[in-house]
Amino acid sequence: MDALTSMAAIEVDRLTKHYGESIAVDGISFRIKAGSITGLLGGNGAGKTTTIGMIMGLVSPTSGSVKVMGADMAREPYRALYRMNFESPYVDLPHRLTVRQNLTVFAMLYGVSEVAERISRISADLDLSEFLDRQSGKLSAGQKTRVALAKALINEPDVLVLDEPTASLDPDTADWIRGHLERYSATRRATILLASHNMFEVERLCDRVIMMNRGIIVDDDAPEHLITRYGRQNLEEVFLDVARGRREPVLENEAAK
Amino acid sequence: MSFNSPAFSFRRVGAMVLRHWYLLRSSWPRLLELTYWPAVQMFMWGFLQLGVAQQTGTFVAATSTFLAGFFLWDLLFRGQLGYSMSFLEEMWSRNLPNLMISPLRPAEFVLSLMIMSVIRLSVGFIPVTILAIWFFGFNLWSLGLALVFFFANLFFTGWAVGMFCSGLVLRNGMGAEGLTWSLMFIMLPLACVYYPVTTLPLWLQPLAWLLPPTAVFEGMRALVLNHIFRADLMLWALGLNVLWVAIGAASFVILLRGARKVGSLISVGE
Repeated sequence: MDALTSMAAIEVDRLTKHYGESIAVDGISFRIKAGSITGLLGGNGAGKTTTIGMIMGLVSPTSGSVKVMGADMAREPYRALYRMNFESPYVDLPHRLTVRQNLTVFAMLYGVSEVAERISRISADLDLSEFLDRQSGKLSAGQKTRVALAKALINEPDVLVLDEPTASLDPDTADWIRGHLERYSATRRATILLASHNMFEVERLCDRVIMMNRGIIVDDDAPEHLITRYGRQNLEEVFLDVARGRREPVLENEAAK
Repeated sequence: MSFNSPAFSFRRVGAMVLRHWYLLRSSWPRLLELTYWPAVQMFMWGFLQLGVAQQTGTFVAATSTFLAGFFLWDLLFRGQLGYSMSFLEEMWSRNLPNLMISPLRPAEFVLSLMIMSVIRLSVGFIPVTILAIWFFGFNLWSLGLALVFFFANLFFTGWAVGMFCSGLVLRNGMGAEGLTWSLMFIMLPLACVYYPVTTLPLWLQPLAWLLPPTAVFEGMRALVLNHIFRADLMLWALGLNVLWVAIGAASFVILLRGARKVGSLISVGE
């Protein structure tokens, strides 16, 4: 572990984003430990995508700051960007390029030194070899997701931001992707921030869950602690409680009784 | 595995050029599109030139500038379009967020789009100039070294407009795409592509001279009709282009900053 990974991988400090009169994110603060997997949960319009956008430097904050591996993303994003990556089903790779061509382009953009070797290794890891020379637009949803993940891992990022990485995938492929993310985080000590609506996925992968509603953080704890504190069976029920404002969390000492 | 992230990287520029080269190579309609419209236009202006030249002799010399005017206008328009089309390909493929969260710097992105505009133009333009020699005996390349100045000035103007248009699309989304196709045509009457500046009303002439292509087209007519290379006009165009490119680059940076402010980079395509 180098000096950078011993500090918080992501530090969000009083982060606010206004779009005109509308407040998308309202003064949120959190720190994400290097090597952890954190879930960012919330209903539609909770502010997750805007928060992720600010972490990646795609959206500029109205106030507050985001630091990734010590780099202020509003002022010096390029200090961090080559050690980060991102995957979302709402962002595509060029359809007419083959998988190999797309991965080559992104490997070059991220300054990967041994491009062919890296593509060969990541293709083996993600089981892409058989369609490396097929156009990206002609792949199935599951194959596209694996290719998008390969692009997100091409630079072996220290910080990986995932926006619904298994959306619209069949359970088998989704399980396969989750398994790969677990192994990647464990072997590389990478920090993963994961926005998902799949509560089973969050329970399985995440050490910690940050729950957002209407631009603010309404809870922040380990999944099992949240389930206990809300007196529920699983994270989905906790999510519904938070999203619908149905129930306040049980205080920790009461939950322990 | 080792990484590097210098402030400016020709490798990253090369990656972007490669990305668009792969795209061009994979799509024959894209390649055809680069050639067919310049070819149609060339034939139209070529036959018009022939038709008018068959009239009274006083028009013969003047009409010989039609094809030269067409070629230089097409270079200006396609220089801008080549830049903007490569940019729009990123929007259409929803790939832009991937680029914006990569170490690719705006200057590298812009340079790669400029290189692509030259490549795209070369693919379509050079074959059509050869066709013009074959069909109409008009050899654009016979204008010699002056073409370097004509081409450079027209590319600079095209890139300046391309940067501005791309910035507008970044900031405002695909709703601004139409401007990419049409903005250059504002210049068509004022840049005096097919007639001298003196044709314009007196009050409009100063405005025309603020457009760098006006000096290029005047320079082309001086060369074709009087066999004089007007260095003063080329320097005027170059000076204006320095200003235009600076304004284009500044507008791109400001509109990119605006896109980050309004969040349009995470809702690409809308």
